[in-house]
Amino acid sequence: MEAFFSAAILCDQLINGLTIGGIYALIALGYTLVYGILFMINFAHGEIFMFGSFAGYAALTFLLQHGVMERHPLASILAAFLAAMVVSALLGTILERVAYRPLRRASRLAPLISAIGASIFLQNVMLIIIKGRMQVYPDVLHETFFEIGWFSISNFQIMIILGSFLLMAGLYLFIQRTRIGRAMRAVAEDRSAAALMGIDVNRIIMITFVIGSALAAAAGVMVGMYYTQINHMMGFIPGIKAFTAAVLGGIGNVPGAMLGGLFLGLAEAFGVLFMPAQYKDVIAFALLVLVLIFRPRGILGEVVSEKV
Amino acid sequence: MKPILQTIHLTKAFGGLTALSALDLEIEERLIVGLIGPNGAGKTTLFNCLTGVIPVTSGDILFRGRSLRGLKSHQITRLGIARTFQNIRLFQDMTAFENILVGRHCRMQAGVWGALSRDQRTRREERDHASSSIRILKLLGLETIQNTPARNLAYGAQRRLEIGRALATDPKLLLLDEPTAGMNPSETAELTALIRTLRDKLDLTILLIEHDMRVVMGLSDRVIVLDHGVRIAEGPPCAVQNHPRVIEAYLGRRGMTATPPASPSQEAPPHP
Amino acid sequence: MKSPAPLFRKIPPAVSLSAVILFTAVLPPVVGNYWSQVLGDIGIYMMLGIGLNVVVGFAGLLDLGYVAFFGIGAYGYALMASPQFGMHVPFWLMLPVCVALAAAGGALLGIPVLRLRGDYLAIVTLGFGEIIRVILNNLDPLTNGPRGLLRIDPPFLGATPINNPQRWYYLILAGVLVAAFTADRLNNSRIGRAWIAMREDQDAAAVMGIDILKYKLLAFTIGASFAGAGGAIFAARQGAIFPENFSLMVSINVLCLIIIGGMGSIPGVILGAVVLIGLPEMLRGTEQYRMLSFGALLVIMMIFRPSGLLPASRRRPAAAAPREPE
Repeated sequence: MEAFFSAAILCDQLINGLTIGGIYALIALGYTLVYGILFMINFAHGEIFMFGSFAGYAALTFLLQHGVMERHPLASILAAFLAAMVVSALLGTILERVAYRPLRRASRLAPLISAIGASIFLQNVMLIIIKGRMQVYPDVLHETFFEIGWFSISNFQIMIILGSFLLMAGLYLFIQRTRIGRAMRAVAEDRSAAALMGIDVNRIIMITFVIGSALAAAAGVMVGMYYTQINHMMGFIPGIKAFTAAVLGGIGNVPGAMLGGLFLGLAEAFGVLFMPAQYKDVIAFALLVLVLIFRPRGILGEVVSEKV
Repeated sequence: MKPILQTIHLTKAFGGLTALSALDLEIEERLIVGLIGPNGAGKTTLFNCLTGVIPVTSGDILFRGRSLRGLKSHQITRLGIARTFQNIRLFQDMTAFENILVGRHCRMQAGVWGALSRDQRTRREERDHASSSIRILKLLGLETIQNTPARNLAYGAQRRLEIGRALATDPKLLLLDEPTAGMNPSETAELTALIRTLRDKLDLTILLIEHDMRVVMGLSDRVIVLDHGVRIAEGPPCAVQNHPRVIEAYLGRRGMTATPPASPSQEAPPHP
Repeated sequence: MKSPAPLFRKIPPAVSLSAVILFTAVLPPVVGNYWSQVLGDIGIYMMLGIGLNVVVGFAGLLDLGYVAFFGIGAYGYALMASPQFGMHVPFWLMLPVCVALAAAGGALLGIPVLRLRGDYLAIVTLGFGEIIRVILNNLDPLTNGPRGLLRIDPPFLGATPINNPQRWYYLILAGVLVAAFTADRLNNSRIGRAWIAMREDQDAAAVMGIDILKYKLLAFTIGASFAGAGGAIFAARQGAIFPENFSLMVSINVLCLIIIGGMGSIPGVILGAVVLIGLPEMLRGTEQYRMLSFGALLVIMMIFRPSGLLPASRRRPAAAAPREPE
């Protein structure tokens, strides 16, 4: 069955691409923020995303069982987001304290291996909690489609695209305009100088993890509502893809991560028009390998200098 | 006589900062040349360019008539340039002997087959280079501690070991980056004598970055002075010492704290 | 050979080594089929561990896609010795071919990828491993996709097939000994010294005349060839292989084994394999907690004992020990 590239299909894929791209961007921001400050890849970030998704699930299920969800759907959704962001923020903080901070001065490989260990640990904690069975998000919103000219867009997609855009805009303003945001940029650029300026570096690092984790959690809830099925391994592949997006945009570069996420989402959405669906995941991996070999600085360029 | 080392309009820029600016240098064989200048003058950057650690922005480097542009560090070492580092970069977990033996690497041949089979040729090669490594240790007075891991050696021994490791690569040109830094006067005197011995015995040309003016003035045949990536003076030690631009570079126009090179008879200035 | 444990200092190394070999040689009839099977599993992981140890422990490159070479070796043999193409090339002929195939894969991947910094290298190799698995799963006409390759021929020694756990044990034991011998020889040679120097301080090593890219590529390729051999053995032993046998988990398992046992140390890798593969077998019923503990162990080891349980002992380069009283 050949895919004919009608306007309708292209528009559909555009919306799909922006939706999944927004999700990738939110997760990618976590990677890029942490890398910008600590020069390490938070390999367990995908699991923070996964835990956020489950926290949202738990919140919604709780509200469903107490009859709240049907009566106040929008409030329930917000509660789910809030719960997810809080849980993930907490998890991110603990992760940083336990698995990364002791290794700040260790060899280059040690934090990465520790992150891998944390990732495996978290995956299996969740596996034990859910007893190996995948969970399904409660149906808080019924999927409705809106037709606008050639575009067919669902309420979920509107929520995700709008939500991710708002969060990204919020993050950008936060980093550019607030005092803490400035401190974050200072620590990213020159940690010792920032410390000499009186900035509490450990606190800024913690805040970075909190923000990155909260964004990933938001993405987790979005994914949960959009795809409905969640399991303990759901963070693995999106984690790698989001990392690809961060590298694409230039690791450490915040607007870069946003652009990279959108680009990757669109590349996947349009890519499946040209190749069998099973190879979709390969698009991200192939892009990653190509970017790292030919343009490791990414599209917008790596903001912070190479650590030897 | 053709110089062993020539830089031709050598320029190195890091983004907006120019570390070396159209530098034209000539070093003759068998000389000990001192390289001095205030901090940030570009001395270590020059060493890094010469050894391929950082790429050159423009200009050329000729070593024994051969261009070094585009060559990687190990290729340059094979051609005959060796160096020590300002902050010691020995292989800390290896013994003194092993550090020297690593230096012999580029003069040995054994590959995968030799490693697996340990045939006669490989074994003979290992024996021969082990012997030459011991000879280098003896030359530097380190043979008694040859089995001590580098991290456990005294500071002075570590500095000498780094020189030994560089010598192990069989260089024709030896670049020493602040070899006497942190040493007390007697260690400094010993090392100074050693450097002169090395040049005489091993037919070396030595380029030496130093802040200890007694060492530079006492040891060097010629002195080159850099400031902000430009050569501001060159000549025999006493001529350079009294050169007005050199004094100005060290004192600065607003009278900074850096002191100008003192003559050997005076007290050595404090290490910057 | 300088032994890590003080206990063995009084016993000449030749004697202790012979004792160990003798002990391992008589195990199968003593422990029976089930445990011989387990020991065989441990042995294959040991081979993989020794190979990855060359890459990670000697040369300091974090390869998270190591399973790809394992898969290449396994599928290489399986395609040539099963009903899939009707070819039945003898195992012993295919074994070096699989090693060469995996080595070629290592070289091809290594050339573009080895210039990358540590963490990037890890992610890219991880991506490569996943790409291989997806390809194996989807290249149906060739690999039979998720249905896998079945009825793979066992090896033959003369007329005797190697088709029970005890016979396999001996074959795998031989494989482990060859692997350990090879890795040990490499480590104590000019190449090994270059690797250690490179791992400690790459720029200083380069300035000392070591071609960093060449030696990284060498480590990568040699490491891959061990996995190729292990893969061929795995395929012949299992009799049937599927793409899901070659997931990221295998790479992570092997990595865990090296890290916990001791990076850069062959006895450490052997201990790691026994601990990580053998122990859970002995403590059946705790399956779900096994991966959990792996993860926690990685973090704990990195913080408290990054060099592993049996770190590499300080060895003198081969045949060059100076005549000097210790």
